[in-house]
Amino acid sequence: MRRRQSGDTLVLIEAQLTASQRGLTMAETAASGNFKVIGTRPVRPDGVDKVTGRAKFGADYSFPGMLHGKVLRSPHAHALIKLIKIDKALALPGVKAIVTSADLPEAENKSEQAGEMAVNPRHLSANILARGKVLYDGHAIAAVAATSPHIAEEALRLIEVDYEILPPVMTVDAAMAPGAPILIADLRNKEEGDKPTNVATHYQFKRGDVEAGFKSADFIVEREFNTAMVHQGYIEPHNAVGIYNADGNATIYCSTQGIFDVRLLSSQVLGVEVGKIRVVPAEIGGGFGGKTTVYLEPLSVLLSKKTGAPVKLTMSRAEVLRATGPTSGSKIKIKMGATRDGRLVAAQIWMAYEAGAYPGSPVGAGAMTIVAPYTVENFLIDGYDVVVNRPKTAAYRAPGATNAAFASETVIDELAEKCGIDPLDFRIKNGVQEGSPQVVGPPYKRIGYLQTVEAIKNSPHYKSKLTGANRGRGVASGFWFNAGMQSSAIVNIHPDGTASVVTGSPDIGGSRASMAMIAAEVLGIPMTDVRPVVADTDSIGHTDVTAGSRVTFATGMAVYEAARDAARQLVERAAKAWEKKPEEVELRDGMLHTKGNGVPPVSIKQLAPRFPRTGGPIVGRASLNARGVGPAFACACVDVEVDPETGKVQILRATVAQDAGKAIHPSYVEGQMQGGTAQGIGWALNEEYFYDAKGILRNTGLLDYRMPTCLDLPAIDAIIVEVPNPGHPLGVRGVGEVSIVPPPAAIANAIYRATGVRMTETPMSPPKLLKAILRHRSSAANAKAAG
Amino acid sequence: MATVVIPSLLRKFTGGAERVAADGATLRELIRTLNARFPELTGDLVENNEIRPSIAVSVDGEIATSGMLEPVRPDSEVHFIPALGGG
Repeated sequence: MRRRQSGDTLVLIEAQLTASQRGLTMAETAASGNFKVIGTRPVRPDGVDKVTGRAKFGADYSFPGMLHGKVLRSPHAHALIKLIKIDKALALPGVKAIVTSADLPEAENKSEQAGEMAVNPRHLSANILARGKVLYDGHAIAAVAATSPHIAEEALRLIEVDYEILPPVMTVDAAMAPGAPILIADLRNKEEGDKPTNVATHYQFKRGDVEAGFKSADFIVEREFNTAMVHQGYIEPHNAVGIYNADGNATIYCSTQGIFDVRLLSSQVLGVEVGKIRVVPAEIGGGFGGKTTVYLEPLSVLLSKKTGAPVKLTMSRAEVLRATGPTSGSKIKIKMGATRDGRLVAAQIWMAYEAGAYPGSPVGAGAMTIVAPYTVENFLIDGYDVVVNRPKTAAYRAPGATNAAFASETVIDELAEKCGIDPLDFRIKNGVQEGSPQVVGPPYKRIGYLQTVEAIKNSPHYKSKLTGANRGRGVASGFWFNAGMQSSAIVNIHPDGTASVVTGSPDIGGSRASMAMIAAEVLGIPMTDVRPVVADTDSIGHTDVTAGSRVTFATGMAVYEAARDAARQLVERAAKAWEKKPEEVELRDGMLHTKGNGVPPVSIKQLAPRFPRTGGPIVGRASLNARGVGPAFACACVDVEVDPETGKVQILRATVAQDAGKAIHPSYVEGQMQGGTAQGIGWALNEEYFYDAKGILRNTGLLDYRMPTCLDLPAIDAIIVEVPNPGHPLGVRGVGEVSIVPPPAAIANAIYRATGVRMTETPMSPPKLLKAILRHRSSAANAKAAG
Repeated sequence: MATVVIPSLLRKFTGGAERVAADGATLRELIRTLNARFPELTGDLVENNEIRPSIAVSVDGEIATSGMLEPVRPDSEVHFIPALGGG
């Protein structure tokens, strides 16, 4: 692995030109830099506001005359809406307005680009307020605005809805069965022609000759895996305050991962021009992909328009679980083959993901990631996006990849065992590197997969001996694409020589710090002299969602370019003042120097007060559609102890290694790795949407929807691997997602070593594991009895 | 000519061919060339003269950021892949 050698800010900027002349990549240039700010661990700029309670989250917004909204939700999983009667509710004193889907324009049934997603406006609108049919327990039907939340709630009870209940379709098996009840009457797929269906899309990826591949295999493992639907579990429920003005403009205050997406999606639902909506980002208490779409935001504007007052809506925890977007449960049938010497030769995979009520599961991503860490010569992967009577799924940290890796990484562990090879060595033997083909075809550019596996192999954890009864160690790997997309940034140089860096990326994981550090590095000033600001949709250029692990990569690239723009202007300004040519002046460590003999150096702080008399303000700008995305890999090692009498799994130790490219703020990279691992552990062991036979969600609170707490988790060791991404000026890759991918498979592999049981479903909760242990004991006893 | 790798389920429109050669300095021109040879193929890739929102295009391993205006070189390799979102 490269280590930074020498240089400073000037080297960073000038070396860029030199590198270009020498044909080096930007990341190679960055790799030679000795950063002063990047790679350090300063206190986060928003820390004081957060710990003192001054930070304003969505529910903290309040305006004079504000009304409170509540949403009526379906008590049925699948039903026709025959009639909605609102007259009694409207008559309740304090109730100011009630809206149903009749108040929304009819949306088109088509696919439209919306940020990182393709969105069907008709489905989006019908998910905000059901149109003629409810498709899941908790589906929104009507919304009330009243003078208090209690009156609004009371009014919900007075709305009468006449339903015709239909049979619920809760699993992909049930939805794909011949004669299954159809959820969406006009849903079609290309293969079934004009036949109504619950299968929205079929994906297929193919390489080589699978049949011949299996013929060449010495060992074949074939298994079926099932994973439960799980929620992101962000602590802050959804919220929105909508203010509609008489001039036709509207403002939305909300907690979201993407202000521009809220603007676009709300405009689609409301039938309002995008430019008439302004979205102001509140602080966000977690999102993990779940806050990349809209639920309450259009309703707040609709109710505000009807009442002429600001309207605030907030969800309860039960509403979050019932009616926002969890990630898919899935069924995966997988068959993989390897030669005796441990070479993967074939994979055949069938996977179906629950999309929820409307199309759009991450099965395509699952299919593209399931063997992504490996060079498999022959594979056939079929993926199906299936609608079921559950909430419409949304993104969740590396969407689709965790389900997929649970299957493939368990089977790979089994193949390694059959070959008699250490599971990490098996991965190294088959692992992808620069030039290896991706599942979708193009070769990988520079990647750090093997380095993550080596990092685990050389870790104190893997080198330690695990002793004791009912204990086991498991490893697994994970891949995620990461994203680029559009970002904008402004760097303002203030009269005192400090700076502000303005972006449109809501800060979920500490990105304010990363943005300030990048600007500080380029300008050569302390990070504490840079104030990071997250602006609203009218105050910054278009910026896509804080998702896809893209902010430090893409918005960071925009900040880097905007800071360089400001630096260039500073150099020009100093040159002008000194009557020199710009190429005779350089910016180094926050000081402007003339090359050779000349004027004494001047700091930015000294130059800045003179801006009004030397040409005006200096503002650096950049807007880009980022290219050069560097994919991420992670490898995890987990030790468990299983209680054979109860099936309870205790995580004893966990270590994760991840390629960050370049860690701008290592503490926040480690935080992402630990957070992803913690969520992966929750997914593996306890989390699950539990529906009854009628399709009603039975665990709508965090007591019953069991997320891990600090009592369930050990300290998670994070090993940052840095293989610079050649597509980024600082070598950055996205770091926010991939660490969630390996834990379920790593835990399943550890459970196997502790108990001899191969788990093939999540959650591997005590009842399920105990059942599997008892079945295993019974088979072993029968085998012994049979001789 | 650039090489276009045809998605598995669309190879029925290219007589089973996985890779086809096509001329064009931009994706728009390349798709126009493809359309002349395989008219049924491009309907699944393009809508209203734009790449479908559900599809991403990789040109030489880089996801296209300029849509139909994305430059294509004579030795480029072009893949049509499902668009995806992260969390």
